[in-house]
Amino acid sequence: MDLDKLFDKALTDWGNYIGGKKSFFMVGNATCGRSAGSTEVIERLEALSSEKNSAFGVYEVGCIGMCYLEPIISVYKPGQPVLFYANVNADDAGRIAESFLEKDKIIKDKLLGILEKEGHNGIPSLFDSPMLKPQKRLVLNNCGIIDPTRLTHYLANKGYSGLKKALGMTPQKVIDDLMNSGLRGRGGAGFPTARKWQFAFDQDSEEKYLICNADEGDPGAFMNRSLIEGDPHSLLEGMLIGAYAIGASLGYIYCRAEYPLALERLDLAIKQARENNLLGDNIMGSGFSFNIKVKEGAGAFVCGEETALIASIEGSRGMPVPRPPFPAVSGLWGKPTIINNVETLASVARVMQNSPEWFSQYGSENSRGTKTFALVGKIKNTGLIEVPLGTSLKEIIYDIGGGVYKDKKLKAVQTGGPSGGCVPASMMDIPVDYDSLAKAGTIMGSGGLVVMDEDTCMVDVARYFIDFAHRESCGKCAPCRLGTRQMLDILEDIVSGEGKMSDIDLLEELGEGIKKGSLCGLGQTAPNPVLTTIRYFRDEYVEHIENKRCPARVCKDLKYYDIIEEKCTGCHACFKVCPVSAISGTPKKLHVIDQDLCIKCGMCLEKCPDKFSAIEVYPGSKPLET
Amino acid sequence: MNIKEHKYTDVFSSFKGKDEELIPLLQTVQEQDGYISQEAITAISRFANVPESRIYGVATFYAQFRFKPRGETHIMVCRGTACHVKGATRIVDELETQLGIKSGETSADLKHSLEDVACIGACSLAPCIMKNGKVEANLTPQKIQKLFKPEKKK
Repeated sequence: MDLDKLFDKALTDWGNYIGGKKSFFMVGNATCGRSAGSTEVIERLEALSSEKNSAFGVYEVGCIGMCYLEPIISVYKPGQPVLFYANVNADDAGRIAESFLEKDKIIKDKLLGILEKEGHNGIPSLFDSPMLKPQKRLVLNNCGIIDPTRLTHYLANKGYSGLKKALGMTPQKVIDDLMNSGLRGRGGAGFPTARKWQFAFDQDSEEKYLICNADEGDPGAFMNRSLIEGDPHSLLEGMLIGAYAIGASLGYIYCRAEYPLALERLDLAIKQARENNLLGDNIMGSGFSFNIKVKEGAGAFVCGEETALIASIEGSRGMPVPRPPFPAVSGLWGKPTIINNVETLASVARVMQNSPEWFSQYGSENSRGTKTFALVGKIKNTGLIEVPLGTSLKEIIYDIGGGVYKDKKLKAVQTGGPSGGCVPASMMDIPVDYDSLAKAGTIMGSGGLVVMDEDTCMVDVARYFIDFAHRESCGKCAPCRLGTRQMLDILEDIVSGEGKMSDIDLLEELGEGIKKGSLCGLGQTAPNPVLTTIRYFRDEYVEHIENKRCPARVCKDLKYYDIIEEKCTGCHACFKVCPVSAISGTPKKLHVIDQDLCIKCGMCLEKCPDKFSAIEVYPGSKPLET
Repeated sequence: MNIKEHKYTDVFSSFKGKDEELIPLLQTVQEQDGYISQEAITAISRFANVPESRIYGVATFYAQFRFKPRGETHIMVCRGTACHVKGATRIVDELETQLGIKSGETSADLKHSLEDVACIGACSLAPCIMKNGKVEANLTPQKIQKLFKPEKKK
């Protein structure tokens, strides 16, 4: 088999990387790294290297998941441990290059750790850091380590060995192995992947299709983006294995247009795979042929629903149709079609590269393996993590996430995006698996974990999600189209102080009705954020309605700004910045906010110097008359 | 019409005019023109042999397609959950004040256009916006002022 030759070649190229004879830098250059300024770091390092007759190499790698520390770079020098640095700018990178590569002097400033599993000379291993230690990186193992633009790097790390193994089995055996791994769909619903494949396998059809859903639409989630940017071949390998198992010869990757870098990486990976006969006709002489087309999504959340996604690929409005027939029986162009999520397919590749038992040793009873999560919101260590299913929320928030941002009080964790719900701080002991989250009224979803603190208003969060669902409703069925509108109207009333106590019951009634009466997953889950916030945070709703106060001081109409007499020194800063001249006062004298003029933009609070902190926000629409 | 259609000859040359190409066709046209014009819709209709009504139906369904030209500087504001929780509303307010346009609008001089999008996927650096394809992260209203004030003075 030609694959073995590819592996040999890859190992040679990999040998020039870590463990090789030449020094080099690795720069995390995924979307998060770039936003933090990694491009300038790369430019500086490349300029420096060419000044010195390419004294060292510069590789772009994906994201290691510690997004709050970006840009992250690492440096390799033969015979030395690989050093990782955080929050590096171009000047830092230059300094590191000069002192470490030229003088062997390790700069301790901004040093994060070393790549090696054991510490060295008092420098700890990167993987012993609080954020990485509790993680199990089965799917993300390559992200941030290999160069995603090099096929050889993937091949040298077990890449495509899963395909090789699968091609040596019957398709039924591949499906059976996957069944034994216990892998469930990572896109949200958690349907066993092997069972889905079995349906398509059992269909007698000349043409079948495999679609990868990379239209990561949940606001607050970026697991798929990171995976594709950091390790695109994992996805391709998973698709190849799936296509071989179900008997598909054409696959589609439906990826968001908002992910330009992921699209670029995919195009390159597909090109490399084609050139090496890992895609195309008669792959590696096995007789199996498979091609992949990339379709750019055009911005419609509902296209995450299988039948809507199919409609979109066919060139129509992405509106769901009733199931059955399920796509596995009649999907794209009426042919059997399997739709899997990016992470599901990457997990498939790992199962095949290792073994079903290797995968199923992680996780809990009915939820096997690991899951990636985008840990965001009011948390110290934001980033992309991967943990065994069944890990408790507490462990994720406090051990991996380092706790709530600015040590404020945790209020809730939102999972599952607009289809999920909010789990209150009192329930942080629950394990993160499909069943436990469902019991708490939310869902696993694709992996967004948004942390909310005491300054987050749960009524506002509910309004935000319903607004999202309402905008994204395709309009096909009335309960979803009109019901979400009604819920939004009611919530707008509540956040602006016009709510009635009967509104809470009405919201619950509407919510249950929309869940029962909608055709697709969008409508069936849209009320979840509202229902869970009512379930766990009813007192906040009551506070908004009865006392016209927003306890978290978020809702504009139910909070007010005031100047604290004892602290105001009359620096006049707020006076100058107020856009509606609601602040009166002369320099060196006490300033006063005219509550009737104030539009609550918060500019004065922003401007008031920290040393004075004379402006405060209070719950309620205006100060009580004294 | 034939002369005007010529404008899209290059764009269309890589397509076969199949049904499934409708969305990619619209995307490619928008990439060239910055928006979908009436003229473009007529041209696509003739090329792909699809009624204009269906093209409108598809184009208006997806958030990506715009029917007005976009500004020299195009700003996409992320309205994802992480950004929302970290104060995206104030970022939008500040942008609207600085640029004098509302979200979804283009300024009269075609200098700026503002649009909100579901999620940019840079959630760990919230709140963020995308300014001509470049992500600006960890924003505050004051950073927005710094980002846009100098342009105004010119």
